[in-house]
Amino acid sequence: MIEDISKIATAAPGRIAAAISLEELRVVEADLLGKKGELTALKKGMGALDPEGRKVAGSALNETRESLEVAIGDRRAMFEGAERSAAVASERLDLTELVDIPERGSLHLVTQTWDRLVDVFIGMGFTVAEGPEVETDWYNFEALNIPAAHPARGMWDTLYVDLGDPETTLLRTHTSPVQIRVMTDGEPPIYAVMPGRVYRRDTADASHMPVFHQIEGLVVDRNISFADLAGTLEAFTSAYFGGAIHSRLRPSYFPFTEPSAEYDINCVFCEGNGCRTCSQTGWLELGGCGMVHPTVLTNVGLDPEEWSGFAFGFGLDRLALMRHGVDDIREMYTGDVRFLEQFPS
Amino acid sequence: MKVLLSWLQEFAPFPSDDPVALGDVMSDLGMAVESIDRIGEGLDGVVTAKVLGLRKHPDADKIQLVDVDLGDGEALQICCGATNLSVGDIVPLATLGTTMPDGMEIARRKMRGEWSNGMLCSGRELALGEDHAGIYILDTQLALGVPILEVLGITPDVLFDLEINPNRPDAMSVAGVARDLAARLDLPFAIPSPNVDEVDGDGSGVPTVEIIDPDLCGLFHLRVIRNIKVEPSPKWIADRLSALGMRPINNVVDASNYVMLELGQPTHTYDLAKVHDGALRVRWARDGEVITTLDGIDRTLTGGRDGVIANDSDIAVGIAGVMGGASTEISDETTTVLLECAWWQPMAIARSSKFLGLRSEASARFERGVDPALLGMATQRLVQLLAPSGAQLVRGAAIVRGNLPEAVPVRVRTARVNQLLGTAITTDQIVALLAPIGFVCSPGDNDDELSVTIPSFRPDSTTETDVIEEIARHFGYSKIIGRAPVSAHTGSLTPIQRDRRIIRQILVGLGVHEAMPLPFLAPGDLARCGLPAEAVTVTNPLAAEESVLRTSLRPGLLRAIAYNESHRTEGASLFEIGKAFGVPTQGTLLPDEREHLALALAGRDAAAAAKVWAVLAQTLGLEAITIDQTAPPAGLHATRSGTLLAGGAVVGEIGEIDPGVLHAVGVRERVAWLQLDLGAVLTAPHGEHRYRPISRYPSSDLDLAFEVDESVSAATIEAVVRSSAGPFLVKVVLFDVFRGQPVPDGRRSLAYRLRLQAPDRTLTDADIGGVQQAVVDALAARGAALRS
Repeated sequence: MIEDISKIATAAPGRIAAAISLEELRVVEADLLGKKGELTALKKGMGALDPEGRKVAGSALNETRESLEVAIGDRRAMFEGAERSAAVASERLDLTELVDIPERGSLHLVTQTWDRLVDVFIGMGFTVAEGPEVETDWYNFEALNIPAAHPARGMWDTLYVDLGDPETTLLRTHTSPVQIRVMTDGEPPIYAVMPGRVYRRDTADASHMPVFHQIEGLVVDRNISFADLAGTLEAFTSAYFGGAIHSRLRPSYFPFTEPSAEYDINCVFCEGNGCRTCSQTGWLELGGCGMVHPTVLTNVGLDPEEWSGFAFGFGLDRLALMRHGVDDIREMYTGDVRFLEQFPS
Repeated sequence: MKVLLSWLQEFAPFPSDDPVALGDVMSDLGMAVESIDRIGEGLDGVVTAKVLGLRKHPDADKIQLVDVDLGDGEALQICCGATNLSVGDIVPLATLGTTMPDGMEIARRKMRGEWSNGMLCSGRELALGEDHAGIYILDTQLALGVPILEVLGITPDVLFDLEINPNRPDAMSVAGVARDLAARLDLPFAIPSPNVDEVDGDGSGVPTVEIIDPDLCGLFHLRVIRNIKVEPSPKWIADRLSALGMRPINNVVDASNYVMLELGQPTHTYDLAKVHDGALRVRWARDGEVITTLDGIDRTLTGGRDGVIANDSDIAVGIAGVMGGASTEISDETTTVLLECAWWQPMAIARSSKFLGLRSEASARFERGVDPALLGMATQRLVQLLAPSGAQLVRGAAIVRGNLPEAVPVRVRTARVNQLLGTAITTDQIVALLAPIGFVCSPGDNDDELSVTIPSFRPDSTTETDVIEEIARHFGYSKIIGRAPVSAHTGSLTPIQRDRRIIRQILVGLGVHEAMPLPFLAPGDLARCGLPAEAVTVTNPLAAEESVLRTSLRPGLLRAIAYNESHRTEGASLFEIGKAFGVPTQGTLLPDEREHLALALAGRDAAAAAKVWAVLAQTLGLEAITIDQTAPPAGLHATRSGTLLAGGAVVGEIGEIDPGVLHAVGVRERVAWLQLDLGAVLTAPHGEHRYRPISRYPSSDLDLAFEVDESVSAATIEAVVRSSAGPFLVKVVLFDVFRGQPVPDGRRSLAYRLRLQAPDRTLTDADIGGVQQAVVDALAARGAALRS
């Protein structure tokens, strides 16, 4: 019996190694270990042995079976590994050979700029307010201290609409009417920005459109000063344009603010050294700002002795154009996919 | 407003060495420098030359060969494109090595094979004017080879072009700019007093004036100047006017303009011989009153809006503050001038000039408000300028007052100044800042207060805040140290603003580009798009194509699709979020303004739009909105479109653009379409995604195919499946649609996969069979038969 076992054990490695495919290995496995295999047959013969012989033979049988199982398992793993390798080798893909790439759309440059600006102001504790684009004369002019026939009305080329009495309804010329609505509908303290679409009676050219976008900011609280305005715009400037870019304020005039100022920033192209874009001045004019005029506060029912505030505003389209080096604003509004797809985000 | 450095220096000793630094100070004071021109710069190498001969260029039609003599008798060949030259002309020649005012360097070079040894110059090239039609021809008597600066008597100077704000009437004059600048630089400022001798008249008497309407005119000076000889102005006056952008005309007109530029006070000159008795009256125009103005145009005036100066027969001889009349215009024969110098009600002139469409340097100053204290000086200065030609100021004046606003002292509190500016300026500093610009401070009611008298040249300044602005301006904005306030709020987007961003990102992820068509339409655009034509119109559009406010985003996006097609971009996928302007609803003034989302997918069918909508609806939790195809919206494809309904209310439209509309707007491809009333949808409750526990027990799938009549929508079938399948249903998907044999015409097969699962156990065959039976029974009632 022991002899038979050792004969099988001795011959088995050669037989396993001789199997050159998974199928052949399966046959060898069945021949050796299967229900009708050689070791099983020997096991069946054990009943004829005496107890001591049975014990010795049983242990030898088990040992042999275990070692053969390991050997067969190793051989099988080798075949399976080779099979996977072959499959991998045959599945080669050129990852640059792409057909039908899913197309991604794009956000409009104005939206991208809008979101960026709004995010900076949200970080500074501002909420975001909006309002109608067709406005009454009151919200767009009167409440902002620009009475009818005021020479300052000439500062805006207004598009009026045929509603109500002549020149009483219009396409808002700035987002400032939203300031009036915010102050009328809510109560101080107010820290809000108002992005939006505005209209002017302007012929379209490389730098003008009859429809464009602005963002304005309004703060009304106790003891708000011109220094707060300067500090807020400086903080915004560095946050939006980067730490190397600073702001300055120059005296100006707007009917709805006093003192009023022009808001300039270091030229973002030359960082203030002087270049063609900034006409060698090192500065870019960005927008206007100032302390909310006492008449405006009175118009919305706020006591100028108790509350003070500042407002600022600037064009959004120009920032969009500047960031990407677009030199004609009209390009943004044709809906030409060849333009839009250049700015995926 | 343009100012010359030399002119400014007549009022204060400004340094000449650094015009750029001077310009920076002007900008810092709110008089923004738009440009600085150095007059005479770059003309050093330009000399007189005589044209000896003109020859054809052998190889160029538009260039002549000009031989010139620089005084040495040698002929120098120049190539020249101008054709206004004759032999013998004296012309300016830019010699080799000259750097012209515009920066161009003159070098010897060949033009089409012929040498050019310099450049003959036009007026513009010499920075002497705008004329570029030909070469600047000089006096034939001039010596040759003489520097042009010497010949033309050009004194190097600096011209600043300033942007003056509407609240700075004082800065509309050279003297006013000088005052502000001198104050900041701490330099002494004074307007030289023009002392003019007065003579007796020729006996015709002192002129008279009567102000009929005192609300039109606050002050009116009338003087007579005799011994007038109308002739060209002295060169220095003509040069200064030209530099500041006014064309020299004759000594009388030029003197008037000179005074206006220098002192900010416009004057008007009448030929006394044409004014009866030298008597004038000032009143509002009568409705329909007609006057022929200096430019020869008949103007019809409006009562109460336009003011006139009338003669003693009450016939208008001028429009107040706007333009004089032709009937009394001075001419070469004029010997005696009646001089008007007035203060007009600023708002009146603003209205009148605006509605008459007559804006002039004079009206611009009147409407800002001139200095009533300067009227006498202005007349004297004008006569002083004319005196060298023999003009004399006649003794006696008519000076009449109307309603002139009284300057009321303004209370200025130091604490208020610092509160508003965020500064720590002392009361003494305030006094020192205001004094040089004419704001006189006297002690107020208490220590921390001033009573400030506003100068007559600052009518814009009437309140404490106005004065605080002046303090800030002269203190220097740049010296106010910034500090950012801490917001009382947490910055955030509103829920709608957040949803908008989500929508945009989803659409971008689905391959759609955001476009922003203009909201203006041409008449007929709405009808072409199958939409009702009723819309809000623009009163004063720049063009008829921009005269209608869109009621729908459809025309704009279709136009963009057509634009892309015409530029060989087929399959454009565009969306827009923007306002649509409906006509006002009952009882409201403003349009029914709504924010819409619209999507147009060129080359795609209605299903593409429906799929995009499905993704949007899932993400935003808008599954309750249904598609109703029973009544397709106007202008959309009749069998492939429907309305979006939220609880019975229409909130949008979906499907495909009608082929007829596509034809009308010139789009060749199909266009899948979605439009949503974003405001309505996003303000309603939505997007509450509740947690549903995930079962740990295995799920089973049940595939069921039904034969369904074409008239029954898949959404209906799916709804029945969902409602009848019972609590085990966790998911249902339509995975196959089949039309054709053996399914009869008019019906199609819809195959659904139902995933079933229980929270507490593994489902049995009986459970699954029960669900199937319930679904089949429920669908049978809707005429849908299970296919076996």
